[in-house]
Amino acid sequence: MAVELSSEEVLHVARLARLELGAEESTSAARQLSAILEHVDAVRALDLGGIPPTSHPLELVNVLRDDVERPCLDRADVLAGAPAVEDGRFAVPRILGEAP
Amino acid sequence: MSWSGGPHGAPEPGAVGLAARVRAGEVRAADVAEETLERVGRRDGELHCFNVVTADAMRSAAAAVDRLVASGADPGPLAGVPVAVKDNLCTRGVPTTCSSKMLEHWVPPYDATVVTRLVAAGALVVGKTNLDEFAMGSSTENSAFGPTRNPWDTSRVPGGSSGGSAAAVAADLAPLALGSDTGGSIRQPAALCGVVGIKPTYGLVSRYGLVAFASSLDQVGPFAATVADAALVLEVIAGHDEMDSTSLDRPVEGLLDATGSGAGGLRVGVVADFLADASADCASAVRAAAEVLAGAGAAVEEVALPELLHGLSAYYLIAPAEASSNLARYDGVRYGLRVDGDDVEQMNARTRAAGFGPEVRRRIMLGTYVLSAGYYDAYYAQAQRVRTLVARTFARAYERFDVLLAPTTPSVAFPLGAKTADPLEMYLADLFTIPSNLAGHPAMSVPFALDPQGLPVGVQVLAPALGEVAMLRAAGVLEAGAAPGARGPVASRSEAGR
Amino acid sequence: MSTGPAPAGAGRASADFEVVVGLEVHCELSTATKLFCGCPNRFGSEPNTQVCPVCLGLPGALPVLNRRAVELAVRVGRALHCEIRPSTFHRKNYFYPDMPKDFQISQYDEPIDVDGYLELPSGRRIGIERAHIEEDTGKTTHLGGGGRIHGADRSLVDYNRAGVPLVEIVSRPDMRSADEARAYVAELRAILVASGASDGRMEEGSLRVDANVSVRRTGSDAFGTRCEVKNLNSLRSLGRAIEHEQARQVALLEAGERVVQETRHWNEDEGRTSSMRSKEEANDYRYFPEPDLVPLAPDGAFVAAATAGLGLMPAERRARLATTVHGPDAAVAASTLDQITTVVDLGLDDLVVEVVERGADARLALARAANEAAQSPEDARRLDPGAFCRLLELEAGGSLSSTQAKSVLAEMLAAGGEPDAIARRLGYEALGSEALESAIDAVVAAHPDAWARYAAGEDKVAQLLTGQVMKATKGRANGKAVAAALAARRG
Ligand SMILES: [Zn+2]
Repeated sequence: MAVELSSEEVLHVARLARLELGAEESTSAARQLSAILEHVDAVRALDLGGIPPTSHPLELVNVLRDDVERPCLDRADVLAGAPAVEDGRFAVPRILGEAP
Repeated sequence: MSWSGGPHGAPEPGAVGLAARVRAGEVRAADVAEETLERVGRRDGELHCFNVVTADAMRSAAAAVDRLVASGADPGPLAGVPVAVKDNLCTRGVPTTCSSKMLEHWVPPYDATVVTRLVAAGALVVGKTNLDEFAMGSSTENSAFGPTRNPWDTSRVPGGSSGGSAAAVAADLAPLALGSDTGGSIRQPAALCGVVGIKPTYGLVSRYGLVAFASSLDQVGPFAATVADAALVLEVIAGHDEMDSTSLDRPVEGLLDATGSGAGGLRVGVVADFLADASADCASAVRAAAEVLAGAGAAVEEVALPELLHGLSAYYLIAPAEASSNLARYDGVRYGLRVDGDDVEQMNARTRAAGFGPEVRRRIMLGTYVLSAGYYDAYYAQAQRVRTLVARTFARAYERFDVLLAPTTPSVAFPLGAKTADPLEMYLADLFTIPSNLAGHPAMSVPFALDPQGLPVGVQVLAPALGEVAMLRAAGVLEAGAAPGARGPVASRSEAGR
Repeated sequence: MSTGPAPAGAGRASADFEVVVGLEVHCELSTATKLFCGCPNRFGSEPNTQVCPVCLGLPGALPVLNRRAVELAVRVGRALHCEIRPSTFHRKNYFYPDMPKDFQISQYDEPIDVDGYLELPSGRRIGIERAHIEEDTGKTTHLGGGGRIHGADRSLVDYNRAGVPLVEIVSRPDMRSADEARAYVAELRAILVASGASDGRMEEGSLRVDANVSVRRTGSDAFGTRCEVKNLNSLRSLGRAIEHEQARQVALLEAGERVVQETRHWNEDEGRTSSMRSKEEANDYRYFPEPDLVPLAPDGAFVAAATAGLGLMPAERRARLATTVHGPDAAVAASTLDQITTVVDLGLDDLVVEVVERGADARLALARAANEAAQSPEDARRLDPGAFCRLLELEAGGSLSSTQAKSVLAEMLAAGGEPDAIARRLGYEALGSEALESAIDAVVAAHPDAWARYAAGEDKVAQLLTGQVMKATKGRANGKAVAAALAARRG
């Protein structure tokens, strides 16, 4: 079950992860990711048919808070670390597509 | 003054003793602060334990403690004790960088719950300690601001990711420190630096304000020179927090007392499978530790738990998957670094390429891949099944044992740069620590031996969920039976030789 | 889940095709605070003043679920006849600047409410596949390019809305016309308001609708390729967009072309849908269980407490009102059905049921409520049932003409008061029989020819004579009483 990621696959993953990746980097990233996946591939081979997945170590349920207001941040603190602010809002370059 | 030694003949050493002397008015917190800052100033240029030292805040916190003592009020169980805080725990008004260019200038508007609790207990925050970027790594070499050096041998790594905190305690720059442990990030550097490090039960300590790496695995815990000091810090920071949905609502009691109550009647299993994968020095330290426990009245037996070794692979699927999502928010919009682009998508992608180092980018890519359509079941869901397998394996073992004994690490501290070229080699450093994270169990590293080069070797005590008391009983016995000189603080050889 | 035949009028664009519609409705829940933090859930504050580390997605912050949001979701589920189930939250991962964490916390494959239905006034049931809890996004303003996303040179983001609790209610593809889709949303809105889950304000964005629209040959069981239409901000847009999309898809198929599965944007000004710029790759949301939250498992006690005080839903109220007016199991005429729907929509059904129980004429009560009272529904909801009942009694007993009764009712709605007193004040006191007889004497004397024709059996002259009596009494006479008196006099 050798895993071999193509650099196209790596570029696809980089787009999903919003990481700019040059063509050269994509080749070395493909190599590294393939090596890691090959190493963890033993997991895929294990026969774990009857075993349910665990997504969380705790068995807690129904952790809820009361619907009571708490103080908000001061707007100065909210915007203090922002790379670009305009009119009390966070400014970003143009957005090409609608939200999905 | 040394926090761990008792040069003044004080009845109790370490932080426990120091807090008692401050509370009694025998020692002024202000003097403690000045001595600490002086020592940090002298040593940290070489070691780089700290990303930032908060001298002014430390002085005013010390003054506040002294005022409370003078007025007869209770200054708290950690009164006047310096503590170093890993730089992935939020501190209001103090930069919290995660040792990443992404957050180099980010100043949180709030404190992590553990920081609030430390301060309320009278502790003096020295500063923020270096780590592998976003806690991803095992050597602190993945810091964007340069590596931390191991005080035992400054040509070697302190381990990671909480290397700055471990080294700070080992170099006596603070008697206490906080770290976070996702796959071994407290225990592994504790072992490599010859100090005590505890990863508590998942949910015992609030994660609110801990910058997330892998949320279902992350847990905050203490470093200290002694088991008792570590237990005291855990008592202070543990307990329910309504800001964290995964926080357990259970009373936390008797931890400090447990450290001195012996190992009589304790049932101890020695994880045989780990011994085979550890270096000879690390394995023989575990065997010697088993003898110490047996000599203290524990029933010791070897146990085969080979399934635990599958944990590493599962971990390197689960942790990157969660990280890929947790680190999505660093997009150049609200805080942190921004690299401009023609449109928002390009801005995001450039910011993230420039702001994250290579290991973080690698794990984000890996995590994105294993969650993506068509691969989820083969990788992520399968890794979650391994997680169940690990938990069941532990459950079987804990029917027969109260605690398990194992090496913390496969080897002692390695030279800087030795493993940076091969990520897989680095990942193996967490082989023995990862299973406890997957199961959400407590585990700790206790300094126990020195290898022939004089480097510290830690042994690991593992316990079932909420089994901290049994774990600390065993740890207290191991500490008492450790080889002379096996634990920090240590003056680094380069300094000693100067 | 859907029952009954598709209503007539479907497939307006072509008799050979019918349209199939499923709707996804996002509803902001009426909580005091956001879904995962204590920031107020309030509309219209200064930008970025209602945010905290949690809803701003600051590093280290963690979500804690709002109990009230869960209770409201349970109420919605119950009102939609859903099964309330154990549920989990997942992360839906995608990058967008209005999303502080660049993932949305949402219920994915284990939603809280599943498998319900909603009954339209027509009696048709529309299946509800699921309703789940999720968090809202922030709001983006586009600068340059006339405020539209395309052509804008930059955008500004306000996170006040980020983290506001939503339920997304997903119907089955059971609707067969634009009218039915509108009726569904109107009915759903009424249910959401009645269950206390929402203020139902579509114009403020409290209710947002996406439509999945496809067409197929009439009689076919298979579904056609569907398009998802977004930006439907009113019932009017919803109806227009579905009709447009239906016509567009039918035209494509009739021309031998294919419908492409895609998301389309409704442009209200241009009256058409257009393809939303599709990304070069499909979205891959990489769902996985949200590790910062634990599962929800509402038990019987939780559900009982959450649904306590949940009143009758509109469909149940319509059924109750129909029974009140017609008795059980009676077929109801379309015009009466409209009156029943109106009265329930306006919340006047309790009033009608109460006065009927007090003995008022049921049809008259329904008619006055649906026609006159409905003109000022807020006043009508404050109407004293005793007074309304007395008014109906006066009208039914002939003491007030219907014209008079309507005037008295208008006065009662505007200013309150007792109908007898208002009628007196307006001079509507019923004429005594003596006064009526003397008025008739005068009219007969003044119009001998007309009287002669009436007396000879020409019935239609009665109208003229009655009109003259009414005029002479300045409207105080009751039309029926006059007619009766004239008939008696003719013998
Ligand atoms: Zn908030």
